[in-house]
Amino acid sequence: MIWTSLDTWIVVAAALAGLASALVGSFLVLKKMSMMGDAISHAVLPGIAVAFILTSSHASGVMFLGAAVIGVLTAVLVQLVQRYGRLEQGAAMGVVFTVLFAVGLILIEQAAQHVDIHPEHVLFGAVELVPLYTLQLFGLAIPRGVAVLGVITVVNLAVVVLFFKELRLAGFDPALADALGIGSGRMHYLLMVLVALTTVAAFEVVGSILVIAMLIVPGATAHLLTKRLVSFLVVACGVAVTAAVLGHVAAALLTAPENGVIPQALTLLHRRVVVARQDILGLLVRHTETFSTKGNAVLVPEPTGLNLQQLRSLPGSPFPAGSGMLRLALITLRLSGSVSRTGKRYYLTPQGMKQAHELLRSHRLWERFFHDEGNVLLDELHPAADYLEHYTDGELREALAHKYTGEGRDPRGNKIPD
Amino acid sequence: MNDRLLRVLMLADYNTRVVVFGVVMLGIAGGVIGVFLLLRRRALLADAVGHAALPGVAGAFIVLTALGADARSLPLLLTGALISGLAGMGCVLLINRLTKLSEEAALGIMLSVFFGFGIALLGIIQQMRGASAAGLGSFIYGRTASMIRADALLIGFAALGIVVLATLLFKELRLYTFDEDFAAGDGWPVHGLDVLLMSLVVGVTVLGLQAVGIVLVIAVLIIPPAAARFWTDSLAKMVLISAVIGALGGYIGAAISAMAPRLPAGAVIVCVTGSMFLFSLFFGKTHGVVPLAVDALKLRRQTRLHHILRCLYECGEAIYDHSKPISIRTLRDSREWGDQELERAIHTAEKAGHLRETRERAYLLTEKGRVEAHRITRNHRLWEIYLLEHADVAASHVDQGADFIEHVLGTELVAELERSLSIEELTPGSVHHLPAEQGVET
Repeated sequence: MIWTSLDTWIVVAAALAGLASALVGSFLVLKKMSMMGDAISHAVLPGIAVAFILTSSHASGVMFLGAAVIGVLTAVLVQLVQRYGRLEQGAAMGVVFTVLFAVGLILIEQAAQHVDIHPEHVLFGAVELVPLYTLQLFGLAIPRGVAVLGVITVVNLAVVVLFFKELRLAGFDPALADALGIGSGRMHYLLMVLVALTTVAAFEVVGSILVIAMLIVPGATAHLLTKRLVSFLVVACGVAVTAAVLGHVAAALLTAPENGVIPQALTLLHRRVVVARQDILGLLVRHTETFSTKGNAVLVPEPTGLNLQQLRSLPGSPFPAGSGMLRLALITLRLSGSVSRTGKRYYLTPQGMKQAHELLRSHRLWERFFHDEGNVLLDELHPAADYLEHYTDGELREALAHKYTGEGRDPRGNKIPD
Repeated sequence: MNDRLLRVLMLADYNTRVVVFGVVMLGIAGGVIGVFLLLRRRALLADAVGHAALPGVAGAFIVLTALGADARSLPLLLTGALISGLAGMGCVLLINRLTKLSEEAALGIMLSVFFGFGIALLGIIQQMRGASAAGLGSFIYGRTASMIRADALLIGFAALGIVVLATLLFKELRLYTFDEDFAAGDGWPVHGLDVLLMSLVVGVTVLGLQAVGIVLVIAVLIIPPAAARFWTDSLAKMVLISAVIGALGGYIGAAISAMAPRLPAGAVIVCVTGSMFLFSLFFGKTHGVVPLAVDALKLRRQTRLHHILRCLYECGEAIYDHSKPISIRTLRDSREWGDQELERAIHTAEKAGHLRETRERAYLLTEKGRVEAHRITRNHRLWEIYLLEHADVAASHVDQGADFIEHVLGTELVAELERSLSIEELTPGSVHHLPAEQGVET
């Protein structure tokens, strides 16, 4: 892969989002409130939507205000529902955040007609778009998303450093914190506000759903590796940054359009299965024809179908013994309803018959074409047509048909199906 | 517009009918299974399983497309969802058992990592040749519009199966939900029931994916039972109410989204169910905020009434004459209460016809008030005796204890007290004499 400044900005944005989230998320993990991060990150959606409708810009001040309000609101609502509904915290969160999320989704769908916002971008993020919107800062063109994330990271870092003692105490022993006058409740709501702000800052990069991974996973990893809070935070931040870099590289190598490893492999597999399927259809449909005394193909009144052995051994079968492709293709043919099985024999269904006839039509039209235009010998016609039939779409077939169906028969005299 | 709404609500169109059937059955199944999930305190597991289904759906789509089969086939996509949902649940259990991370963290990790993987797979789908990911969007937001007849029937009948199974195993599930240890001790296959319930939860989640969407599918399982909780304390009734709320939410939600197909159906259904939850929160018969507040208000009024009546009665006793009006000063001094509280109490009792003002700021019990005051004082003293004799409470403290309980003593309890106490003429260590039963002259 070629590293460009786009890649740099993407990695910086992802790393900043990871850092900001890891800093606050670590405390969520410590307080055993991981799912609260999930609830808030879902619940900020209406805040984002309303702010977006009002200002029609991403990452505006209004949006952060809305997020802070919603963050506290979610925490308060969860507590209210928990108390009055006599529900466990998890259920109370479930009720609150799904309703808020639903409201947000409806708002966004409504707004999508008028302003440039897509639910996909809010929910899943679009890190690749981050470098496109830039700000002029200190004479540098810095992507706006990166600037916003930078500010949030600094804010989170400042809060964690300034209130380190208080956060630690409130996290590990809320009762003692209350007794000492620190107010674990206030620390709780401070943390909720930070989570909400971070979620909004990160939604452009990772989306409002996946931000939960950035909040929790580094903290949880650190939890397994260390026992001291300072080293805990350091490890969590390290994990976040490493994940951002490795994640981008892996995405570029594995899933890049056109030449990514996975899309290529899948496309290749797809092609091979499609060809195998068409070969099977061809074998089956030719088996329904028999040769008359004149050497022309005519339909068998009651076709007997073919079994696996015959499919492998018939002349013209591309399947060597032991190839798994035959079975795989047969399974998918049966799934899509083109082939049925009775006993051990495979038959074409009416739908399969139609597809097979299209193939046969392409095949015989090509034979006609090579015979008429290229003066190719009868014996050599078959392989070329066999190859091309897989890549002939309806348009090309009809173009051929337009020219070569005068007699309606291929060079050997077999009927070209309609 | 109205005509159309009516057509939708009356299920005039075949398509609407089919979709509504699927969604309503889903609501019922979610409502029934959700009750157990909620009472088992596992609500968020459903959320995690819902998110974990995404890589399954996307993976199944990729495999089907690569094999050239029809990648829109709902049963096959849901099979993928089922597999990855179960795998996700397995991961949570593993993380829980093998590491020191809390269940919360395990859920959060599994949810986000699986979902992220699913999003990555969606990215791959967009770059594959010959694949169109258009249908997959409905799995994330829920879109009933894309539901065809076979889909709705599949969802409906699978949900029906889940409900029937839960009904058949109601007794077992109840025992396991409320007292797992007892169930285990009694020889019930607790582990099996656990697995069964979780599988049913995964089942409902997977079925709900198309109609409600991955993110919101948890709502189908949680909101109806949470709302039902406000109406009853009985499990059977809760299951019933929850199912009704789920069904209604599905019906109204599906109808609205049939009217406005551009809105995500899942969000509409959740908003409808959510407003039913809000209504229940305020007006639910047993635990709703308003009925509870009304009850508390009634109790406060009654307590006030009892206090003033007993106070008048005791003042009358002190002067051996119940026919003399008692001045407000005497009343104020005989009990620790503020002026305002006393005024309110007098007002309440006057309105109820228990006392009247005979002279300037002096009050006399009416005949009705005297009977009531007699009863209250008797209950108060009965409880005092009980506390002294059976609870070994010091004589100086019994008055306080009795003060709280006298307002809620029922007739049955009073009869029980009379039977069990050896009633002497005099009440405990005190000044007070136990008034005779009504109608018996002393």
